[in-house]
Amino acid sequence: MTRELWKGNEAIAEAAIRAGLEGYFGYPITPQTETLEWMSRRMPELGRIFLQAESEPAAINMVYGAACTGARVMTSSSSPGISLMMEGLSYIAGTEVPVVLVDVMRGGPGLGNIAPSQGDYNQICHGGGHGDYHPIVLAPASVQEAVDLVPLAFDLAEKYLNIACVLLDGSIGQMMEPVELPEMRPVVRKEYAWATTGAKDRSRHVLTSIYLEVGLEEEVNLRLLKRWEAIKANEVRFKEYYLDDAEIAVIGFGTAGRVALSAVRAARAQGIKVGLFRPISVSPYPYQQVAALAERVKSLLVVEMNTGQMLEDVRLAVSRRIPIEFYGRLGGVVPFPDEILGEIQRIAKQPPSLEGHPAQRWLERMTAPQR
Amino acid sequence: MKGKAMINIISPKNLVYSRPKAFTDTPTHYCPGCTHGTAHRLIAEVLDEMNIADKTIGVAPVGCAVFAYNYIDTDFVEAAHGRAPAMATGIKRLLPDRVVFAYQGDGDLASIGMAETVHAAARGENITVIFINNTNYGMTGGQMAPTTLPGQKTTTSPNGRDVELQGYPIRVAEMLATLEGAGYVVRRSLHDPKNIRLAKKAIRTAFEVQVRHDPKNIRLAKKAIRTAFEVQVRGLGFSMVELLSTCSTNWGLTPVESLKWLEEHMLPYYPLGDYKIAPSVAAVKI
Repeated sequence: MTRELWKGNEAIAEAAIRAGLEGYFGYPITPQTETLEWMSRRMPELGRIFLQAESEPAAINMVYGAACTGARVMTSSSSPGISLMMEGLSYIAGTEVPVVLVDVMRGGPGLGNIAPSQGDYNQICHGGGHGDYHPIVLAPASVQEAVDLVPLAFDLAEKYLNIACVLLDGSIGQMMEPVELPEMRPVVRKEYAWATTGAKDRSRHVLTSIYLEVGLEEEVNLRLLKRWEAIKANEVRFKEYYLDDAEIAVIGFGTAGRVALSAVRAARAQGIKVGLFRPISVSPYPYQQVAALAERVKSLLVVEMNTGQMLEDVRLAVSRRIPIEFYGRLGGVVPFPDEILGEIQRIAKQPPSLEGHPAQRWLERMTAPQR
Repeated sequence: MKGKAMINIISPKNLVYSRPKAFTDTPTHYCPGCTHGTAHRLIAEVLDEMNIADKTIGVAPVGCAVFAYNYIDTDFVEAAHGRAPAMATGIKRLLPDRVVFAYQGDGDLASIGMAETVHAAARGENITVIFINNTNYGMTGGQMAPTTLPGQKTTTSPNGRDVELQGYPIRVAEMLATLEGAGYVVRRSLHDPKNIRLAKKAIRTAFEVQVRHDPKNIRLAKKAIRTAFEVQVRGLGFSMVELLSTCSTNWGLTPVESLKWLEEHMLPYYPLGDYKIAPSVAAVKI
């Protein structure tokens, strides 16, 4: 296959279509609108379902209904729109139907801006909607990786009857890169034993997320948790760069991880023994791998485009074995490789402290008066 | 001996009333005097008559009818509060040859779910909505709804709904009738046998509207009608049957008083009638 130049949001849409997407329901919001627009052209010409909903709550509930038929369906949005979808996502989780969600994150909180951010990490990875549930969350660092993760998201959602989210920031959604798209897969309507398709020649199916008997609701929660344990055991994904002899490991996901890789290469050129660990599944989080990493290196640098949301997962994995530093840019600011290189150089020169909180030290540095 | 005598009496010849097949053999949880059970039964009877229960998917609301699926014997999904038309849309778009209906109360449909309702109707979404209007939020204990009448006391309008402060009730059928996509929008009532019969007929028509959306049938309908006006009709579209209903418990009235109250207070504010019958729908004979 030849590589073609594709815009992230459109490539994601086309990748989903080629993965056998049967129905898409969405609502315009920058910086993901190109996904909606691409779907509006391509889905009808393929005889598939596209509908622009009246709101994000409507979009996610259309997806919810469509998923109940057993069809391969998805929606996409950006941060404020994802907040509006949280209700539906909780119901989808409670009903145990497979749905794929793409979140192209932008600066926040509130209306924020339309610049790239990773501020939805906690909302997406650690719940967001009410009740106990865990979505599978895959974080690409390039358009190609996004294209590769979209079909995987469908497969995982359907394998585990779980929400699978592709979590990227506005820069990956907006940038154009050469990509190799997958072959067109045929649409296959799976015969699920639970799908509500009309009770013809079978007993009826009821899909619900209400269990007034607390014992039954507890059973549901235990079943979801058990399934999550299987996901944790089988679906952790990550990438390592230059870590074989590294004394410092940088940890970052998505665009922050990608920018950090440039910084790591620059530092290597200066003889600093540094590598990069880039989680791809940020939920389930590679806790064990990060814990093992802490046995191999002397210190860690966590880089994010938020105030240190993934940092807490790293701290959970590492405990107090080795010192951690944090570097974040906020509100839609993407760090330059030089900023991260500066942090690596600082850590290489003087190993950081085990005391205190990395995000507090970072905040003090960030807000210190410039000299 | 007595039981045996009963069995002898019930022969197909003199059987005048029985449980519809599409109605499960489950005692309902509804309060005495509540008309939800009547509405459920009418739906089940229509599903039987049209022989469509095995191709129908219901969407239950949040409200007293949250467990509608315990009684109406079809595939069912349970929507979030107000989102039933969106969920029904998702199902119908993926399964266009199935019959999809949402069953919603007034808080669910006309308050939190108004956007979903209006847009499903505006799109001409080929679904049927059964709308239970009993002028209050029943399940949570009788709070003011968008349909609560001026002056009506509820637990959140304890001095009676003051329209200066709390606005006016919404006449949903009249409002939806203004939309191009709405094919069949009517209001009926469940307060006496004559009106119940009319309500059933309306439910039947609403389902027929949806079933006949099948392109083949549209073509047949168009062929039969042959007027320029009907040619403009794009499909039979969205159908809603609003059913004026009682809520004895929250109204603080006996079942019989409730029926009277509906007749005396609701009928003047919510006149029964056909608010939108698209030309193609008018051709639907039942």
